[in-house]
Amino acid sequence: MTARPPSSGPADLRSRMHPRGVMRPAVIEKARHPRSALARLTGYLRPFRPALTLVFALVVAYTLLGLVGPYLMGVAIDRFIGARQAAGLAGIAAWMLAAYLLHNLFQAVASWVMADISQRALKRLRSDLFEHLQTLSLSFFDRNPAGELMSRLTNDIDAINAAVSQNVIALVASVLSMAGIVVAMFVLDQWLALASVVVLPIMFGFAEFVARYTRKGFRRLQKDLGELNALMEESIGGAKVIRAFRRTDAVLAEFRRHNQAVYHAGLYANTYALLLMPLTNVLGNFFVIVLAGLGGWLALQGLVSVGIIATFINYAQNFIHPLRQLANLYNAIQAALAGAERVFEIIDTAPEIQDAPEARPLETVQGEVRFEHVHFSYLPESPVIRDMSFVAEAGHILALVGPTGAGKTTLINLLTRFYEVDSGRITVDGTDIREIRKADLRRRLGLVLQETFLFSDSVLENIRYGRLEATDEEVVQAARMADADHFIRQLPEGYQTSLAERASNLSQGQRQLLAIARAILADPAILVLDEATSSVDTRTEARIQKALLRLMRGRTSFVIAHRLSTIRDADHVLVMDEGQVVEEGTHQQLLERKGFYHRLYVSQFKGQAI
Amino acid sequence: MRPLRKLLAFVGPYRRRAVLALVLLASLVVLDLAIPRLIQRIIDQGINAQDQQVVVRTGLLMLGISVLSAVIAIGNNIFSIQVGEGVARDVRRATFDKIHMLSHGNLDRRQTGELMVRLTSDINAVKHLTQITLRIGTRAPLLMIGSLILMIRTSRDLALTMLPLLLITSALIVFFVLKMEPLFRGVQKRLDRLNTVLQENIAGVRLVKAFVRADFEARRFESANEAFTAGSVTVMRFMSAMGPSLTVFVNLGMVLVIWQGGLQAIRGSLTVGQIVAFTNYLLTTMTPLIMLTMLSNTWASGLASAGRIDDVLSTEPEVVEAAEAIDLPGGIQGRIVFKEVGFHYQGGSAEPVLEGINLVIEPGETVAILGATGSGKSTLINLVPRFYDVTAGQVLIDGIDVRRIWQQSLLAQIGIVPQDSLLFSGTVRDNIRYGDPLADDEAVQAAARAAQADGFIQELPLGYDAPVEPRGTNFSGGQKQRLAIARAILPRPRILILDDSTSSVDVETETRIQDAIEALPGTRTSLIVAQRISTVLKADKIVVLERGRIAAQGTHRELMETSPIYREIYDSQLGDGGPLEPAVPRRRAPGRAP
Repeated sequence: MTARPPSSGPADLRSRMHPRGVMRPAVIEKARHPRSALARLTGYLRPFRPALTLVFALVVAYTLLGLVGPYLMGVAIDRFIGARQAAGLAGIAAWMLAAYLLHNLFQAVASWVMADISQRALKRLRSDLFEHLQTLSLSFFDRNPAGELMSRLTNDIDAINAAVSQNVIALVASVLSMAGIVVAMFVLDQWLALASVVVLPIMFGFAEFVARYTRKGFRRLQKDLGELNALMEESIGGAKVIRAFRRTDAVLAEFRRHNQAVYHAGLYANTYALLLMPLTNVLGNFFVIVLAGLGGWLALQGLVSVGIIATFINYAQNFIHPLRQLANLYNAIQAALAGAERVFEIIDTAPEIQDAPEARPLETVQGEVRFEHVHFSYLPESPVIRDMSFVAEAGHILALVGPTGAGKTTLINLLTRFYEVDSGRITVDGTDIREIRKADLRRRLGLVLQETFLFSDSVLENIRYGRLEATDEEVVQAARMADADHFIRQLPEGYQTSLAERASNLSQGQRQLLAIARAILADPAILVLDEATSSVDTRTEARIQKALLRLMRGRTSFVIAHRLSTIRDADHVLVMDEGQVVEEGTHQQLLERKGFYHRLYVSQFKGQAI
Repeated sequence: MRPLRKLLAFVGPYRRRAVLALVLLASLVVLDLAIPRLIQRIIDQGINAQDQQVVVRTGLLMLGISVLSAVIAIGNNIFSIQVGEGVARDVRRATFDKIHMLSHGNLDRRQTGELMVRLTSDINAVKHLTQITLRIGTRAPLLMIGSLILMIRTSRDLALTMLPLLLITSALIVFFVLKMEPLFRGVQKRLDRLNTVLQENIAGVRLVKAFVRADFEARRFESANEAFTAGSVTVMRFMSAMGPSLTVFVNLGMVLVIWQGGLQAIRGSLTVGQIVAFTNYLLTTMTPLIMLTMLSNTWASGLASAGRIDDVLSTEPEVVEAAEAIDLPGGIQGRIVFKEVGFHYQGGSAEPVLEGINLVIEPGETVAILGATGSGKSTLINLVPRFYDVTAGQVLIDGIDVRRIWQQSLLAQIGIVPQDSLLFSGTVRDNIRYGDPLADDEAVQAAARAAQADGFIQELPLGYDAPVEPRGTNFSGGQKQRLAIARAILPRPRILILDDSTSSVDVETETRIQDAIEALPGTRTSLIVAQRISTVLKADKIVVLERGRIAAQGTHRELMETSPIYREIYDSQLGDGGPLEPAVPRRRAPGRAP
C-alpha cells in the first residue's frame, strides 16, 4: 500500500470540506488579458443600452454643470463684487444655485439608475456562472477541490462587486470632469491652463512609481500572510494534539516567526501604498499654489482677473477629487478584472458530454444491468477498470467487495455516467446507457453515498430532495420506512428543524437514515449504495441495516459493502482487485473456494461490527 | 465600550508613536488651514494693492508649506502604519497564544473556521480602525473646528449665515450613518445566504447530479441571487442619494458666500480675498464631514471585530494549573484510579456524561472500554491526561490527584492516539518524531515498525522523508492511524491511551500492532477505547459503559458469563457461526520489568 497521490481520482469528499469564512488578504492581482475581460464584463451591460445612454447623458450634463458653478463665481467676483455693483449679484447667485442643484440632482439620478443596471448585470453574471457550474462534469469538481473553488469564487465575485459598487460612473465622471476642467481652463486662460496641465504628468508619474513598489510589497505580504494563515489553520485544528504532545511552545515560537514576517511585510507594503495619498494631496495643494502665485503675478501684469483666479482655484480642487478617486478605483478595478477573468475561465470550461442526439428517454425499467468489456482510466496511462464484464440481474442485490483502490467507486461513477467508459459498454435492460438521456438514467438510479450530504434547510426539505413533488405525508412515510421518523420527531422542531451548518446537530447514523429516507422517496429502479465505513454504535447500526434491507427490496442494488451482514444478504458478490473481477458467487460459495475472498474475509470482515 | 478599552490597551506599547502621529496630523491641519489665508493675502495685499513682492513672497511661502506638509503627511502615515501593523501583530499573537492556552472543553465549543475569522478578518478590521483613526479620523473634526474658527474670524456675519447650513448637514450625516449600518448588515446576510447555496451546491455536486436537481438548484440560487441583488440595489441607491444631498449643502454655502459676502464686499466690509478664502474654508469644513460618514462604517465594523476578539481573549481556560502544582516524577508506576468520578459539560444542564465511575487500573494492565457512541468512553479516557476536569470524584495516578500535578509533567508520561488521527504538514519522520523531537532515526523506525507502519512508509518514494499534507490528507485512514500510533509510542510512555485508533485497520494488522506494543521494552498501562469486539478480546479488563455508567467490568470470559449487554454486543459482531477462540488474557505482575 502506498500513499495516495493527491488528485489521482475522485478522493474523499470529506477532505474537500474547508471551513468557510476565512477571508483572504486583500490582493492586488493583475488580469492576464485585462482588455478582453473588460470587454466581456461590459458585454453584460449591453441589454441595458437605453438606460445606459440616459446615464451617460446625465453624467455629461452634470459634469458640465459642475463647471458652471465656479465659472459663475469668477464672473460674480469680476463683474459685480470687484466692480462694486450690487445689482445683478443676486441674479447670478440664483443661476449658480440652479447650476449646483441640477448638478447634484442629475448625479443622484444617474447613480440611482446605475445602481439598478450594475447590480442586474452582476446578477446575470452570477447566474451564468452558477448555471454553467451545473453543466460541468464531475471530473471538473474532482480537479478543483470544493473548498478552493468556493473561496476562489466568493473572492472573485466580491472583487467584481466591490469595483462595480464603487460606481462605474464615478470612473466615467472622474475622467470626464478632468477633461472638462482642462478644456474650460484653456478657454478661460491658456497660460494658467498650461501651468496646471504641467502638474498632471508629474502626478501620474508618481502614481506609477508608487504602484510599482506597492505591487512588489503586496506580493510579498500575500506570500507571508498565506504561510501564516496555513500555520494558524493547521495548529488550531490540531490544538488538542499539540497540547497532548507538549508542543505548544514550539508552535508558538514558529507562529511568532511568521507573525513577525507578516508585520514587516505589512509595514513595507502599506508604507508605499499610502505614499500615494499624501502625495496627491500635496500635489493638489501645489496645484492651488501655482495657480494662486502665478495667477497673482499674471493679474499684476493685467493679464488675468481675480475672478478667473478664483475660478481656477475652485477647478483645481474639483480636479484633485476625481484624481484621488481614480487612484482608489485603480486597485479595485485591477482586482475585479482579475476576478472576472477567472470567472470567465470557469464559464468557458467545456460542459459535461451531452446526450447523443439519438438518445432516447428511458421508459419503465426492469433493472438488469450489464457491464461488457468495460475499460476505464482517469489518467491516460493508469487504467482503473480493465476488461470488466458481469451481469446484475433485475431485483438482485450485488455486493462489491475488494481492497481500497480496487475500482469499486469508479464502477459506480461509470454506471451513473459521472464518467464515460473508455471502451466496452454498460447496458440497462439491454440498452447502452450512452443512448439513454442522462437525466432519465439518473432518475432511475438512487444513490446513497458514504458521506450524507445535507443542505441547510429543514429536515422535511432534505428528504424531499429525493422527489421534489412528494407531499409532506409521503416524506413522513419515507422517513418512517427508513426508521428515521422516531428521531426526527424528537428534534426541537420535528420535521421543520433546520439543519444548520453541515448538520452538526445530527449524528452520523441519523444522517445515514435521512439519506436512506431520501432514496426511499425517490423510489429508483436501481439502487447504488456506498456503505459508510465509519463506526456507529450497535443499535443505530442495526436500525440502518434494517432500513437498508427495506430499501433494497425489489430493486437492483449495487452495494459497495463494508459490512459482513450486507454481503451475506447479497444475492451475488463481486470480488474486485486492481480493476478486475477476480471472483464471484455467493458469500458461502466464495468462502468455500478459499481463494482471494476468503483471505479478504479473514483480514477485513471477521470480527467486524455487523 | 469594553472592546474599545481593550483595544486601547493594545495601542499602549505604541503610545508615543500614536501621539506623534496625532501631533503630526494636527500640524498638518494647521498648514492646510494656512493656505486659504495666504491666498487671501495674495489677492488683497498683492493683486489689489499692486504689490508684486507680496505675491512672489507669499507664493514661495505657500510652496514651502506644501512641501513641509508632504513631509509631515508621510511621517504621519509611517507612524500610523507602524502602530496599526504593530497592534495587529500583538493582537494576533495574544489571540493565538490564548487559543493554545484553552482547554479541550473550551475548544469543543469553537470551530476552527470561526477562530480563523477572529485571527484574519477581525484583526484586519481592528488594524484598519487603528490606522484610519490615526490618519484621518482626528483630522476631520480638527479641520472642521479650525476652519470654523477662521471663518468666524474672517467675517462673523457671514459665518453666522453658514451656521444653520452646518447644523442641517450634521443632522443629515447622523441620519445617514444611522440608516446605513442596518442596510449594510442586511446585505451582508443575504450575501452569506448566497454563498451558502453556492457552497452546498459545489460540495454536494454528486448528489445534485445523481438526483438530476440542476433546475431545482438553479431556482434555489435564483431566489438567493435575487434577494442579494435587490438588497445591493437598495444600498447603492441609498448611497447615490447620500453623496449629492450632502454636497448640495456645500454648494449652497458657496452660493451664500458669493451672494451675501459679495454684498458685504460691495459695501466695503469684506475684501475679495476674504471671499475666496471663505469659499475655501467652506470646502475644507464640509469635505471632511462627508469623509466621516464613510468612516463610520470602518468604526462600526472595527469595534464589532474588537468585541469578538475580546470574547476569545477573555475566555477562561476550564482546566487551570493548581497553585502549588507538583512535578510528576519520571519513574511512575502507572496505577490509575477513578474514584466516584462524575462529569458533565460546562453550562450543559443535560444529563451527566459520566456518573459514579469507580475503576482501578493496575500498573501494566491493558483495559479496554466498550460502549455505544455517546456512552462516555472518550470522555472517560480524556480525564486521565486532564484534558477535562472531573465535576465529581477524583482521578488518581499513583495515588496523586491529577489536578494537583503540573500538566506538562503529567503529559510527559502519557502517550495518546486521538480519535481523528490528525497529522501535521511536514515529513513522515517529523510526524512520528512529534512526541519526541530529539529521537534518532533508529527509534523512529522502531516505533513505526511496532505500529505496522514501516512497511508502507518504505514503499513511499521518499520513505521517511515523504511529505505529509496538512491534516494528513494524502494518507488513507488506516495509514494515518498507524502513523499516529507510532507517534504516541515513540517516547515510550508509561501510560498509553488509544481512542478507537485502529478502526480503519484490518483485524490482522490490529493484532500485530497489539502484539508489537506488548513486546516493547518497559511496562505500560494501556487504556483502549474500541467499537470492535475483536479489539478488546485480549484486554486484562473490559469495561462496558452504558449511558455514562459502568454496566459491567471483567475479562472477556467473565463478561460472557455475567453480562447480558456484553454478550449481546459479542453476538451481534462475532456470532457468525464459526467458533472464535477467545484469547486468554495475559496479565503481568504489577510493576515488574520484563
